[in-house]
Formats: sequence, structure tokens, C-alpha cells
Amino acid sequence: MTRILFPAVLLFASILHADIPQALRQINSLKPEGQGNEKASAAWKELVQAGPDALLPILSATGQGGVVADNWLRLAANTIADHAAKQNKTLPLQDLEKFLRDTTHDPAGRQVAFDLIHASDPAKADEIEPELLNDPSQELRRGAVQKLIASGKAALAKKDEMNAKLIFHQALDASRDEDQVKVIASSLEGLGEKVDLPRHFGFLMKWQVIGPFDNTKRSGFDTVFPPEKEINLTASYPGKTGQVKWQPFESTQDYGKIDFNKPFGLLKEVTAYATTTFDSATERDAEIRLGCKDGWKLWLNGQLVFGRDEYHRGQKMDQYKLKCHLKQGPNVLLMKCCQNEQTENWTVEWEFQLRICDATGTAILAFAK
Amino acid sequence: MRTSLLALWFVLAAASTSRAADWLQFRGPDGSAVARDGKLPDKLKINWTAELPGRGLSCPIVVGDKLFVTCASGPQQERLHVFCFSAADGKKIWERQLKATGRTMTQSKTCVAAPSPCSDGKHVFAIWSCNDLAAFDLEGNLLWLRGLTMDYPNVSNSLGMAASLLTVGGVVIVPVENDSESYTLGIDAKTGTNLWKMERPKAANWSSPVVWRPKDGTPPDVLLQSKDGLTAVEVATGSTLWNYAEGASTMSSSVATPDLILAASHGITALLPQTNGAPPKQLWRIEQMNPATASPIAVNGHIYAINSAGVLVQAAIADGGRGWKLRLKGPFSGSPVATGDRILVVNEKGLVQVVDTTAPEGAVLSELQLPLREKDLVLSTPALSGDHVFIRSDGNLWQLGAAP
Repeated sequence: MTRILFPAVLLFASILHADIPQALRQINSLKPEGQGNEKASAAWKELVQAGPDALLPILSATGQGGVVADNWLRLAANTIADHAAKQNKTLPLQDLEKFLRDTTHDPAGRQVAFDLIHASDPAKADEIEPELLNDPSQELRRGAVQKLIASGKAALAKKDEMNAKLIFHQALDASRDEDQVKVIASSLEGLGEKVDLPRHFGFLMKWQVIGPFDNTKRSGFDTVFPPEKEINLTASYPGKTGQVKWQPFESTQDYGKIDFNKPFGLLKEVTAYATTTFDSATERDAEIRLGCKDGWKLWLNGQLVFGRDEYHRGQKMDQYKLKCHLKQGPNVLLMKCCQNEQTENWTVEWEFQLRICDATGTAILAFAK
Repeated sequence: MRTSLLALWFVLAAASTSRAADWLQFRGPDGSAVARDGKLPDKLKINWTAELPGRGLSCPIVVGDKLFVTCASGPQQERLHVFCFSAADGKKIWERQLKATGRTMTQSKTCVAAPSPCSDGKHVFAIWSCNDLAAFDLEGNLLWLRGLTMDYPNVSNSLGMAASLLTVGGVVIVPVENDSESYTLGIDAKTGTNLWKMERPKAANWSSPVVWRPKDGTPPDVLLQSKDGLTAVEVATGSTLWNYAEGASTMSSSVATPDLILAASHGITALLPQTNGAPPKQLWRIEQMNPATASPIAVNGHIYAINSAGVLVQAAIADGGRGWKLRLKGPFSGSPVATGDRILVVNEKGLVQVVDTTAPEGAVLSELQLPLREKDLVLSTPALSGDHVFIRSDGNLWQLGAAP
């Protein structure tokens, strides 16, 4: 009994000597603008000095202090692993695997666990990866999806279309990253099946739109036009060139682009609004993911979520990821989109695309009544 | 006030170390792009090659016998890497990886690892287009982190950010200028907290600040550049010392010599700073000498710029007198660097060209084609250290030395 207890006590004492819990608390207590950095820096050194025994506590502490704190922890873990490799010390791979497989742990910590396993034992990581296909972490399931895509392509190469379809459907169900979904959708289309991309991603396609209001000299971004005071779909208001009123607009585009040029024309120095109501089955946390290359603001249930006054620097799906909280039942979204004065042919776009999903990128669909 | 700051500067300067062969930031010593020692060989060969992951166009930096370079990998370039290699043989000494906390969207030609890191001789400071800022010691121990988009949610540029860091007097100068929430920060190199935060013009800006060390030995100032012009600020406080408000490039960066400043403004404009806070005197201007993406360089009394046609244009610093023009094989994104009277440039296709500036019409002495991976480009500016050149593409890092 003494032979078992004594090393355990020494181990525990060495961990205690490093005061790992206190060090982790220090890092997870960081404030904005680097406040707390000095103490975090000392704490970080302590964690690294504790070596591989600190790995599991470090990974368990992710998700508690914010994404910058997670980077401190991530760097501690990969520095420990780096030192261990140079000293020919092994990492607790079995414990890391157990940590990875427990989906109640924070995704950031689980990703680090996977990375450490991959660095130490690539064959083991390769063996685990397919099992992560439906992982709650978007990042962790990516490798598994990629394996399925490869498998689907191999089936296609053998002209085994039935099997290829099955595999690509399995991949589609799991995929959340735009680039992978595109490949899968294209492959399925080649096999005669059209993928409902808006539904897969959760794009909101049906809106009411109103405009144009003014945006001369980019003043529209800060101007409070009537839709920001009330959403009354029967009202009309003075716009930039006459009375304007709400009208329905439905996107027919695979990535849900709401193109204001279509109802209003190729205008410059103008502002428009779009509104829609999203029925949520439950009260819950969600993400609104938005792409827009014009000046924009977004409100949810009357509260400003975010805004950005940047013009024509680029647009892509999920350009902005905005955390939000949905009420059970109807949630009113209002989007403001400002077109500026530029006349180059790459400044024509006056549009946005918006989807609602969870943190894994899985679409949250409106509750069908 | 400046006298007491001078004393402070000496104290702070003692905290940093710099060896002659160091290349501590984008365009090396004080952003001049001119090595302080060594000799650029007339003919080059590849000594070693190292592999890099993902994408990157940041400049490698050299601190003693170590070489540091940043990359970004992953489907959204969300994995941010700092590598330390042995400058002698290209062996990886350490690698650290963190995850982007800000937005990683960029235009397709540029990338997240576009801004160059910098060093004070004892620490390495790195930033990426997602505005994550990290400080390490030379052994890879983390000192501090900042997620600047977390602190200032509209600090970003959907085209990508590329302005590089510099450090002077214990302060890391961090330009995060863009169309929306636009700042340059003076960050305490020890703690990562703000010493000062300066509102800057709301406009995308990919040019980098430079250090101006006046020849009278007064403390160095930092020159911030934007579409509006140049602003000289006091390193410790961020106070504005003077302003030149006639506009400047938002792509290529200016050059500071001890005597005057060669601004990337209306072509090239030579400015003589005043000590009374008044705008600098304009000595001359050459509007036709228009650096495109690459920054100009001052070598042995002449200023050189590569225009959009890939022509290297020479003019005299003393009076702007026009010199020769030499057509190079372009196109160029990376800036020229120099040792002695030799200028080295690398075009986007990886062709290294060594130019003799003393030849009557300038002359290309040699070319070396780097073996790029498919689709790789060289968009980065080289680093010089001793008799070696360090160049990177997305996929590779090379050391070049004298060919037999």
C-alpha cells in the first residue's frame, strides 16, 4: 500500500507545488486589453514547468476564460508537448484520448487533445478520426468528413454510384464547412441529386425589404431611418427619391443572398432594410452568421447585435459570426445595408446573406407550425 | 520634456540588444531594408530549404543564430504558427501554435500571416491579419497575448491586414488601421498592455511604420503612415510630434535616413523634419517615381523604387536628381533589400535578381530561380544577415548564400 501511495503523494505534491489550479484561475481571469497579462505570464510558466502532468488540468480549463485565455492554455499545452518530445518523455496519450472522447469537455480543449495525439501518434489519430464524424465540434468532425469525401470519390472512380451516393449523403449530413459541402453537393449533383443548400446551412430566404433611403457621403450608416424606430409592414415613409414601403423578397440563390439591386435597381449612396421573423422552437443560444460587403447593422428583437461600416472589401459566407440568444417563438431580425458612392465594377453588390446555426455550424431551422 | 525622455530612452534601449547581423523586423534595421554588415554575394545558390505549412507572406526575421517566421494554416487559416529555425542549417528549433480569435477573411492573394513579426533582440512579437498579437522569448516561452479584435470588435479588414510590427524603446508599435475602428497602439513590450492608443484615419492601410533616428542622437521617433500622410509620434507616449498631411501610399512604406525622410507620397517626397513641431520641409518631390506595392529603398545616397511596370528607378537623395532606370523581371510584391551597393529583389514567381547599383545604368548581376511549389508565389520581402539571404514563400523558407 505504501508503495502505491508514496509515488502518488509525490506526484500530487509536485502538482500542488506548481499550484496548477491557481495558475489556471489566473489565466482564466484575464480581462480585456491585456489586463492581467503579468500574472497570467507567471502562471503560464508555472504550468509549463509542471510538465505533462499539467496537460489534463490545462485542457479541462479551456472554455472558461474566453478565446484569448484558451490560447494561453493551448500554448501551454503545446509547449509542454514540445519540451516532452525534446526530453524523450511520453505524453499521457490514453488520458488525452479519454478526454477527447468525452464530448462534455470544451471543444477547444478536445481539439488540443486531438492535436497532441496526432503529433505523438499519427496512426492513432487516424484511427480515432472517423469516429468524430458527428462530433459536436465543427473542427473535430472535419477530418472525418474529408475521409468520407475521399471514400465517395473512390467509389465513383470504381463506378459504384449507389455506394458513392450513400457515402456522400453520409458526408453531407455531417459536413458544416462550406468548402466540404460544395464538393459533396457537386458530387451529388453529378449523380443526379440536387442538395438543398439553403436548408442545409440554414439561410433565411424570405424577407420584407424597404428602400432606398439616403446614404450620401456614407451618412446613412448612422442615420436612424424609420424602420429602425418601428417595423410596420403596412407603413410607407419618405425615402431618398420618393415614398417607400415594405415589399416581399425571396432569395433564389443557393447561399441565400438577399440582393437589394433586384427590387431597387443598381443604385449608389443608398440604404435599404430587410426584416424577417424567425420562429425558434425553444429559447436557446445560437449564432447569426452573416456575409456582407456593404455597410451594415443588424438588430435582433429590437437590440443592435453588431454593425460594420466597411465597404467593398469582400464578402463571404460566415464572414461575421454573431452570438445571440433566441426567444422561444418569433424573433424579429432587422438588417440595414448601405451602398456607397464607388463606381468600380466590383462595387455593384448591395446584398447580404444570413443564416442561423449553432456553434457547430449546424443549421437551426425555423419551427414549422 | 524631450531631455527627460532622452534619459528614459537610454534606460529602455539598454533593455534591448541588437547585433549587426540581426534583421529584426520588416525591412530590417529601422525599416531601412539595408543590412548594416555583411556582403550580398553577386551570385547566389540555395544553401538550405525548410518546409512551412499553410500560407504566409510575412518577412522572416533574424535574431542572432535564430530565424523566426509566421504562418497560418487550416481551412480558414485559423491556425496561427510561429516557427523558430536555426539560421545556420534550417533545422526547426521550436514551433508554437495558437488559434485566431479575430476574423481571418482576406482577399485570395494575400493571407492571414501577412504582417511581419519583430524582435527587440530578446523577444519576438508576432501579429496576424486576424489581429492576434503574441510575444515570446527566443526559446518559445509565451510572455503575453492580445486578441485585438476581441478588445476592439471592429478592428479588421475583410481584404486582410498587412501592416507590420516594430519595437523600439520597450514599446511594440502595433498598427491596426482600417475603414472602421482604426488605431495604432503603443504596447508595453513587457506586459502586452496599452501604453497608448491613437485614433487613426478610418481607411484601409497596409503600409508599415518606420523608425526615424535623427543624426543628432535625439531619441528615435516612429513615423506612422496612412492615406492622409505621415505622423511622427513619440515612442513612449504616442504624442504627435509633427504631421505631414499631403497624403501617402497605403501600400508601400516610407524610408527614413538620419538626414531626412523619403516618403512614399506623390511618388517620392523628401522631407526634412523640423524640431519645432511644424510640418517637415519638403525638399523635393518626384511624382513619376511611383513605388507600387514594393517599398522604396535608400542606398548610398540614392533612393530606388520599383514601379508597377517592374522598372527599378534611381534618384539622388540630395536633390531628387534622376538617375538610371533598369527594367527587372517582375511582377513584385516583396520589397527590395540591400547590402553595400547591391540591391536584391525577388519577384512573385520566385526569381531572385541581384542588382549592381554602381553600374552606369544599373545592371542585373545574376538571377536565381527558386523552386516554388505549384501555385506558390513569393510575395514576401527577404531578410539579410551577414552574407546570407532568407526568403520565404507559402510553402518554403530558403537560405541563400554565395555561389561558387
